[in-house]
Amino acid sequence: MRRSTKVIAYIVLAVVGFIMIFPFLWMLSTSLKTGVDIYSPSIIPKKITFNNYVRVIENSNFLLWFKNSLVVAVITTVSVLFFDTLVGYSFAKLPFKGKTPLFILILSTLMIPTEMLIIPWYMMCNSYGWLNSYWSLLFPGLTSAFGIFLMRQFFMGVPDDVLEAARIDGLNEFGIFLITAVPMVKPALSALGIFTFLGNWNAFLWPVIAVDQPNIYTLPVGLALFSGESYNQWDLVMAAASLATIPVLIVFFFFQKQIIEGIHMTGLKA
Amino acid sequence: MKKKILSLILVGLMVVSLLAACGNNGGTQQPSGNTPGNSSAPSTSDEKVTIEYWQYFYESKVNLMDELIADFQQKNPNITVVQKHFPYDSYQQKVAAAISAGTGPDIINLYYGWVPKYVKSGTLQELPASSFSAEMIEKTFAPMVEVNKIDGKYYTIPTAVRTLGLFWNKDIFAANGLDPEKPPKTLEELVEYAKLLTKYDANGNLEIEGLTFQPSGQLHAWFRPVLLKQFGQEPISADKRTVQWNASEGGYKAFEFLVNLAKVDKVGEKDFYTDDATAFISGKAALHIDGSYRLGSLKSQAPDLNYGVTVLPSYNGVETSFGSFWTNGITTNATGAKYDAAVKFLEYLTSVETMKTWTEKIGEIGAKNEIANDPELLKDEKLAPFIEQLPIADSYFYVDEDADRKALMDAIDKVLLNDVDPRQALDEAVKSVQSILDDYWKN
Amino acid sequence: MKPKLSIKGRQSMWAYIFITLPILFFICIRILPTLYAFNVSLHKWDLLSKNKPFVFLDNFKELFQDEVFWAALKNTGKYILFAVPIGLILSLGIALLLNSITKGASFYRMVVFIPYVTSVVAVSWVWRWMFMKQGGLINNILNFVGIAKQPFLDSTSQAIYVVISNVIWQALGFYTIIFLAGIKQIPQTYYEAAKIDGASSWQRFKNVTIPMLNPTIVYLTVMASIQTLQVFTQVFNITSGGQGIAGGPLNSTISVVLYIYQLAFVNYKMGYASAATVILFLIILCISLFQMKVLDKKYDY
Repeated sequence: MRRSTKVIAYIVLAVVGFIMIFPFLWMLSTSLKTGVDIYSPSIIPKKITFNNYVRVIENSNFLLWFKNSLVVAVITTVSVLFFDTLVGYSFAKLPFKGKTPLFILILSTLMIPTEMLIIPWYMMCNSYGWLNSYWSLLFPGLTSAFGIFLMRQFFMGVPDDVLEAARIDGLNEFGIFLITAVPMVKPALSALGIFTFLGNWNAFLWPVIAVDQPNIYTLPVGLALFSGESYNQWDLVMAAASLATIPVLIVFFFFQKQIIEGIHMTGLKA
Repeated sequence: MKKKILSLILVGLMVVSLLAACGNNGGTQQPSGNTPGNSSAPSTSDEKVTIEYWQYFYESKVNLMDELIADFQQKNPNITVVQKHFPYDSYQQKVAAAISAGTGPDIINLYYGWVPKYVKSGTLQELPASSFSAEMIEKTFAPMVEVNKIDGKYYTIPTAVRTLGLFWNKDIFAANGLDPEKPPKTLEELVEYAKLLTKYDANGNLEIEGLTFQPSGQLHAWFRPVLLKQFGQEPISADKRTVQWNASEGGYKAFEFLVNLAKVDKVGEKDFYTDDATAFISGKAALHIDGSYRLGSLKSQAPDLNYGVTVLPSYNGVETSFGSFWTNGITTNATGAKYDAAVKFLEYLTSVETMKTWTEKIGEIGAKNEIANDPELLKDEKLAPFIEQLPIADSYFYVDEDADRKALMDAIDKVLLNDVDPRQALDEAVKSVQSILDDYWKN
Repeated sequence: MKPKLSIKGRQSMWAYIFITLPILFFICIRILPTLYAFNVSLHKWDLLSKNKPFVFLDNFKELFQDEVFWAALKNTGKYILFAVPIGLILSLGIALLLNSITKGASFYRMVVFIPYVTSVVAVSWVWRWMFMKQGGLINNILNFVGIAKQPFLDSTSQAIYVVISNVIWQALGFYTIIFLAGIKQIPQTYYEAAKIDGASSWQRFKNVTIPMLNPTIVYLTVMASIQTLQVFTQVFNITSGGQGIAGGPLNSTISVVLYIYQLAFVNYKMGYASAATVILFLIILCISLFQMKVLDKKYDY
């Protein structure tokens, strides 16, 4: 690329980056403010204090909630990575009867708002005695149509002749899937991991209904305790929300390298 | 091809749901849940029983309730009370989910405005006449409690209530040459002071609000019943079936007075500093109408704010305030020994001693009349105005609190944003609230 | 003796093995509750009450005369018309830029991703401060460049765009990362071949990037539409002011899902809310199928 285009690219990215990060910085800065200073239209704190963080960690079960969220997010992410990849691959690369209607059926599960699933789920959990367990928090996220669709789309970009070659080499279908196909969609796999982790980390609507013991609250449910009837403790909300982003950023950092690595070893004989 | 599949799926779905509909429709008719103490089995005194109490999370309430429960259990060794609490924002959802699944608490803490819905659905049992007769309630409790008398019956009873007071910022008063110890006493004075205290900068940006104006906050509660009554109009008919906000010229006048604060006098603005309480806490509002629960957040967030609290301004010689409360009811889950235990716990929660503790620790005012004369409690000069208004405060009957509030907010928005004639806006609001009431009372 | 399965037969056997468990899961956890909601839509059900009288299509009839529902549909149309195309085009641009730089690339990726990570509750509050009418940051900037201050959230015409700006801002991280993954999956050999043929960078974009990205574009368009048609959290948090009733002045920002939520959990009208859900479901289904039909092109690779 020419030097001038590169400079323009960096300038554009800097502007975009600033807009992207500004509200986040505001949140961080509010979490460092104190007293009525949090209620000011200015992003710069008058006095910086870490007191809000201390209060969040000392006066609430923050660490416990953090752990619960971590357990839920990690287990669902592993489960989704396994099942969604497998199912997405089947829909993209394997011939079978009823493919289109089954795919539409799966896709249709995204078309009903979670809000309307809460009551049936609650009734179900209640009659099976699942309430107040990790299982009740986990089960809605074990696989997702979101991921199946994503993996289907990315497996569609994998050339058939590569799979055919593996088949001739004598691999069975699971082997072809795992050894040949999966490495070719690593970028998508990483994206799926990030977004599944994040989605379950932030889940609120269902967990708040599913559990009624504070010791099994997830982080978003626990944070809701800072919002009250007549006022919200915004200083604590901001501190807790800032803390809550840390693991997601770590997960992102870990996975994003995979995204950019892309597929060097395409196995394509160009 | 795709079309065919789609239509097949749709037809399939409709068939399944129709079948399911038929299956369900035989319905589990509820065996008249409203009769008190569904069981005739007398509870023997040595039978162990556990009851569940639900409330929303409010740290000091949850902590105090733990203490009260410990004390109660000591006095009643056979009864165990389990407290469960939920984030405020999700409380209604949680309760509804549990009740629709056939579970939930034995005693439930509800906002008074939600009670009619729970009564109509048969979730609550009538309070027993032996402990809570209508006569006794009306004689000993603050008059606002009567708002929840439905068809002559009481289903819930509060420990404590709130009233509205007028907060004023003494520093802003002093800076504008007003006596910082003399808050406005009448509506006329209120408007006069508010105009004087409002400040705009050179560019026409609002800097200090004279009087906060937040329809979603306490403004709607100030309008009905307080302003309406002061302008000579009862907000709702005595049988609680007819909305009367616009039943006389007084009603229209009250509404015009309210919207003109923002439209003509421009003493306050919606969402200034995001909301009314924030504006006042930040020292950007001179006068602000709010409940006693605000004292707590002012103390923790703005300990240096130099402010006072007084009773709501009077008008036409009418002194009144808006009262609201969280109240406790016994659900149909509690039967037999559980029911008896629940009644005992309610008696404990509504004793004068509990009320005094509650007032001191929570800042809500004990619901019985005698609290209003308690010299100990009146010593707190910030709390005193709220307590003093206990005998004159009135509640307002909602069947759907949010819909009712929304109707009024919409009326105000129509006037302020769309320049609709206030009379027409009020008429439309009344129409929509009336249809909610009609819906509630039919069948 | 069992006849030996053909390759195709063996493959479909494997496919059924792969998908059975997830399909069962979907049926139990998603499809049956959905059918339950469809069933409820034919009943009048006060969530607290044990009675659910069958009313057939009454809920739907009422819905079609409900002004708020129509307002919600109209607003949801606006959300999808503005948020999806703007979001997708912006994020494709950002993804291409990110792909072209080397220095600081991982830092920029982090920056672009951050909005998606930030708590909606927290950032909605920030949004209210930024768009405050009196002395808010955006109005101060407008003032600085000589534009009169705008009411933003206090206006029936502007409030929805404030929410849309937040929806786009948050979604960009998601879209960009997926686009980036899609771009990275395009084998370099195609670009090299195009270069040898003397294709300009625009031609390479048009003839290599776009066709090769087609599965990603299909995915993002469909997913973004499905998600935006169900927009809820941002509307709820930005326009309720934390304490009030969400949906903007005079229902100017209310979305269909927000209305469903209010009907179900504030007014406890579960049957009516379910009827609205059925309508929304059908709308989303039609739009998704239409998009997949139009966009899903079989390119010659």
